[in-house]
Amino acid sequence: MADKEFKARVTVTLKNGVLDPQGKAIEGALASLNFGGVSSVRQGKVFDVNLSASSKKAAEDTLGDMCEKLLANTVIEDYAVEIVG
Amino acid sequence: MKATVVQFPGCNRDRDMIAAITKIGGIAPQLAWHTDTELPESDLIVLPGGFSHGDYLRAGAIAARAPVMNAVRAAADKGVRVLGVCNGFQMLTEAGLLPGSLMRNSGLTFICKEVILEAVNTKNMFTERYNKGEIIRCPVAHHDGNYFADAKTLNQVEDNGQVAFRYAEGTNPNGSLNDIAGVFNAEGNVLGMMPHPENLIESAHGGEDGRRLFESVLGVLEREAA
Repeated sequence: MADKEFKARVTVTLKNGVLDPQGKAIEGALASLNFGGVSSVRQGKVFDVNLSASSKKAAEDTLGDMCEKLLANTVIEDYAVEIVG
Repeated sequence: MKATVVQFPGCNRDRDMIAAITKIGGIAPQLAWHTDTELPESDLIVLPGGFSHGDYLRAGAIAARAPVMNAVRAAADKGVRVLGVCNGFQMLTEAGLLPGSLMRNSGLTFICKEVILEAVNTKNMFTERYNKGEIIRCPVAHHDGNYFADAKTLNQVEDNGQVAFRYAEGTNPNGSLNDIAGVFNAEGNVLGMMPHPENLIESAHGGEDGRRLFESVLGVLEREAA
């Protein structure tokens, strides 16, 4: 069976408990713009990846492998993979 | 004694490292390129500072996956001494050869200044010519030097004597946990540090406090070769 094209969105965020000085700076800037009620901001990264794979499951597995090996530093970061199309 | 300096696109302290090894060791290091799949026979491998691959993705992340790093890992596993300074330290953590990770400085600014360090573990081939607890000067130049490790890893690093250098009490410039400026691997043959000892080796630099790091490891290697 021919491979299918998938569009994926990979989200990489700092683990809970890891300090995020950039998120803190953004939080401060939001406060200075008078956005009230913001209790915290955490900064992360988004990767939009187009890839071909034999199935959705195979695509997710490959993307998970990409995260483990490169896209995320699992010492400090968590990742989530979502097939969006 | 054979030293090898590995060069990556975006290195900018490689020449300083070559000069330090040449002046202190008396022999110019061999050079390797990031695409090399094998390294020349080496007693010491050095990953210098800079901004390899623009520090895209994370500092040192792309370089840590370069072909040459397989050879660096294989050599480290055999006990060859590996030194990573600044970006080289970031590469070693990204490659999993050293524990922890280096995050954006807590103050978010690039820091280029002289700091003062405490030599913590001096029973190691990289640090044996320093005295335990000695306070030394050393320059830093980095944006991502904020050492982080989870609580369990940090305890192991402390308990195993893997802390090589700390920023002296009250002088932590970047938010590093436990003021950590440099760590060894568990076996003690790999050292990563954010400060640049190669930039303080002679009077023209304004001091020589970095010199003994090279004298330590190069001296050990000469003794072993004799």
